[in-house]
Amino acid sequence: MDFQVVVLAGGTSKELVPLVSKEVPKPLLPVANRPVLSYVLEQLELSNLKDLIVVVEGEDAALRVGGWISGAYVDRLHVEVAAVPEDVGTAGALRAIARHLTAKDILVVSGDLVSDVPPGAVAAAHRRHDAVVTSMICSTPVSGPVESGSVGAKDKIKKPRRFNIIGLDPTKQFLLYIASGAEVEKDLHIPKSILRAVGQMDIQADLMDAHMYAFKRAVLLEVLEQKQNFHSLRHDVLPYLVKTQLKSEILLNGTPQAEENGHDKVTSESNQTIISQILANASTPRFHEVYESIHNGSPTVQRTHKCCAYIASNSKYCARLNSIQAFSDINRDVIGEANHLSGYSFSVHNNIIHPSSELGSKTTVGPHCMLGEGSLMGDKCSVKRSVIGRHCRIGSNVKIVNSVVMDHVTLGDGSSIQGSIVCSNVQIQERVVLKDCQIGAGFVVSAGSEHKGESLTRKEK
Amino acid sequence: MDARRGSLPVPRVRQVGFFTPNAQPAPTRSQSGPPDSSSPPLSDSPASNSLSPVMIPPPRHHSDNLAAAPRPTSPLPVPEPSPFRRRGADNNNALLVGSYNPAETLLAMSPSSSHVGDGESEETMSGGWFRRSNSGKLASSLPSGTFDFSPVQSTAEALKPNKVQNPVGISEVSARPAPKEQQPEAPSSSKQPKPKLTKAERRALQESQRAAKAAAKAPGGGKSVAAPEEVATIKSVKQHQTQKKDAPQVAVSVAASERKGGDKSQEKERRKDAPAPRMQFDDKSRVEKAKRRSVVDQTEAKKRVELFRHLPQYEHGTQLADLESKFLQLDPMHPAIYKVGLQYLAGDISGGNARCIAMLQAFQQVVKDYSTPPEKTLPRDLTAKISSYVSFFTQCRPLSMSMGNAIRFLKNRIAKLSPSLSESESKSSICTDIDRFINEKIVLADRVIVQHASSKVKDGDVLLVYGSSCVVEMVLLHSHELGKQFRVIVVDSRPKLEGKALLRRLVAKGVHCTYTHINAVSYVMHEVTKVFLGASSVLSNGTVYSRVGTACVAMVAHAFRVPVIICCEAYKFHERVQLDSICSNELGDPDAIGKVPGRMDVNYLNDVSNSGNLQLLNLMYDATPADYVSMIVTDYGMIPPTSVPVIVREYRRDHLLI
Repeated sequence: MDFQVVVLAGGTSKELVPLVSKEVPKPLLPVANRPVLSYVLEQLELSNLKDLIVVVEGEDAALRVGGWISGAYVDRLHVEVAAVPEDVGTAGALRAIARHLTAKDILVVSGDLVSDVPPGAVAAAHRRHDAVVTSMICSTPVSGPVESGSVGAKDKIKKPRRFNIIGLDPTKQFLLYIASGAEVEKDLHIPKSILRAVGQMDIQADLMDAHMYAFKRAVLLEVLEQKQNFHSLRHDVLPYLVKTQLKSEILLNGTPQAEENGHDKVTSESNQTIISQILANASTPRFHEVYESIHNGSPTVQRTHKCCAYIASNSKYCARLNSIQAFSDINRDVIGEANHLSGYSFSVHNNIIHPSSELGSKTTVGPHCMLGEGSLMGDKCSVKRSVIGRHCRIGSNVKIVNSVVMDHVTLGDGSSIQGSIVCSNVQIQERVVLKDCQIGAGFVVSAGSEHKGESLTRKEK
Repeated sequence: MDARRGSLPVPRVRQVGFFTPNAQPAPTRSQSGPPDSSSPPLSDSPASNSLSPVMIPPPRHHSDNLAAAPRPTSPLPVPEPSPFRRRGADNNNALLVGSYNPAETLLAMSPSSSHVGDGESEETMSGGWFRRSNSGKLASSLPSGTFDFSPVQSTAEALKPNKVQNPVGISEVSARPAPKEQQPEAPSSSKQPKPKLTKAERRALQESQRAAKAAAKAPGGGKSVAAPEEVATIKSVKQHQTQKKDAPQVAVSVAASERKGGDKSQEKERRKDAPAPRMQFDDKSRVEKAKRRSVVDQTEAKKRVELFRHLPQYEHGTQLADLESKFLQLDPMHPAIYKVGLQYLAGDISGGNARCIAMLQAFQQVVKDYSTPPEKTLPRDLTAKISSYVSFFTQCRPLSMSMGNAIRFLKNRIAKLSPSLSESESKSSICTDIDRFINEKIVLADRVIVQHASSKVKDGDVLLVYGSSCVVEMVLLHSHELGKQFRVIVVDSRPKLEGKALLRRLVAKGVHCTYTHINAVSYVMHEVTKVFLGASSVLSNGTVYSRVGTACVAMVAHAFRVPVIICCEAYKFHERVQLDSICSNELGDPDAIGKVPGRMDVNYLNDVSNSGNLQLLNLMYDATPADYVSMIVTDYGMIPPTSVPVIVREYRRDHLLI
């Protein structure tokens, strides 16, 4: 289909600091005991996109990601892993790999997207409108823990965070305005020309840019080339393209047109114009064309380009793992309501307990739980809505609620963990009480300590 | 015959759509009385001429059917189609009945045939296609069964050739044999001279037929037997019988298959010309089957208007999302094809010319990117590919006739490729062919039409146009450029309001315009001096198949004695005959009629549309009878609608080969 896929996997993200480390870069963070990158890769594989470029920040991380991919997808996908220096931003990452981009359209996917929206839909919308950029937009996920009867969940109110302010045309096909929620303090700046051309604009705050874009290669490269100071796709490139859609500064160089119409050099020029006119008249005019036609008389010919939005339906799951809160949310959802994403088959009790794991007597594992292979649990434990990784050793009388426990974790007897994330190789001694904490990899929590809302990491040597 | 008819009980009538409870649906062909052959077919019954094609037949009394009255003014919905029709009718009613079920045809020959009415009403329903498919099927059902009761059917037999060899009125009727039953006129005509067969002869005949069938199957892979071969078999059998009874049957079949070689290609070609039989969407099993093959996951609309059940109608809205999500998964589909399909489905491209051009350009891309897989030949493989793409397009939106003609052209060109050409040569040859088709059949044709039509625009004219036809627009703009002083009235209709775009462009060019909706057409018609209309297709009986509302405009113009000029490229002409716009039409999104354009939040029908009593009908096309059309402007000149069949017949080869 002439689409090239770039997965921007990221590196060691600062926002996820206690969770990510040199050993575990962001793409390899486990979501339901699978690296988060695998969700994207599998979604792409389902769509028959098997030639991918995975861009990772940092050489180290790239090696690790590359190693994991070659192990897991050795004969399924054809993946090139490219390492870019850290802090170049998404735009910089694309700049770095620009010469590898050859296809007509480029699909740029963030590696931390956990979604079941088919990428094909974005691609199709992109092609249908012959757009310069198409962005996937989904409704904002509900964050915060689900009410599970636990006392601690009270102070967390379920409120959708504001991710983006998005302006759409009445048909909800074109992107007229986009800004991230943090940027918008009080006022929005919308070019008058766009408003006048469209006539009506819906501004919605409950939508989120899912960071899956289809770009026209020529345009993307040109913008990256011209605007060297652009750092991020989301904050710079996309708003720029959206803002200038009626006053296109992109020359387009006739590239897309030449590709499409290059074949009929035989036909005379006038025939060509008639054909294009027939086609243009037959299609329902978008505001772009209307705007163009109005301004055709003016001396400077206005060029326009289209920025489309593909709005994922509400029934689809779509979330980005870009914060600690999102990490626990996604973990909860993948084994909970969006469990078709996890790729596991759930037992009758709506949970997954690996056959090699051992449970002590009177230990209960509730629904929406996951227990990785080789994990041992003592007696009288209770697990609710939590993910427990591989080869964990959990003592008796342990309570785990709404938490993520990664691999090789040791939990002492009588400890209680709520709403927390415990990274790999953490040792938690007896009678520890953790609430809404993040424990970095390899940390040792001493016996009897009590923590609430803290982030505990080992000191870097 | 009349006696037989007299004994008729009340015919079992399948009632469809609008019907008045106590009347029969108009039996169009059941006048068994002697026809007044003096009157030419087109001049009689003026009443019939002024009726619309989408007419509800007025209630007829039972007696009308039975009384052998000398041709009452029949409520034929359309001008008389062709002379042979009536001739057939007075010869033998029972035989003419175009039942689709071969078994029924056998029944029809039994003296107690009581289902004439039944067959007829089916016939009337089946509409446009009927004549051609029937003749083949009817004849084909005979050879298997008829031999056994020759005395009964001898009368019928005697009359049959009359009918079968009759296809005068419509150009080249035989071009459309039913795909499976393939032995049209031959057996009957050959059988004609010999009235009776002995038992032995009959058995031999049957056996030889069986052998011939087997022989035909073996090499031809289930392809049907060519007609003349059958004759050969019969004849040779007879020879064998006169010489010796147990002559080797193998020889027969060998001879048969030898004969077949030559005829087969001809037969094949004929079949290729024929459009595939239209799927009837009220046939449940077929719909199921089609669904399994289909790429697009479509849910059939639940509430459908009874009369239009045979047309495809899907829940709008679900298809696009589904197709989009599969964009990258459908491997064999070329992206260009997919894009165009999506655009059809989303309504981004509409209009016969534009759709055709978009499709051809997509095909061009396909051909360019095509490489013949190993162990396959280009003509065969590419044709198969294109067929699959065409069926994909059909799923996105039913093909227009212009597209059908273009596809036919393309396939023909591929089939006619010289095998000595290399792959790249053949590819470039196909590409140039496509280009030529677009240029000659569409662009140049448009230019010629514009030249012709704008010669008809005089100073001071008030021109009425309906909807948005690209040729008509070109005519108006060209006349404007020539400096003619005229005014344009753009008539539009809901729900698509295509006229708005046309109006915008005309006004931008400085043409004086008036904009109104179709419900006001009778008020504005006073001042109109000419009506220019576009067409989706012109059928060989002169019927103009066009955007719904065109017929209404044409009729109003006719009533006001305003000339109606149709602008239509000749590649959109079709040899089909269609009398109404029911049997073949397209259904749009039914919800669109309840919506207010520009105000998506307003839908006055929202609250009632969920009740089971409301069915929404959004027809896309209608058929304007030739009577309302004063002139058709095509690339071959300005012609009356009665000359359409001439163009179809004379230039058809020309169309396909350029």
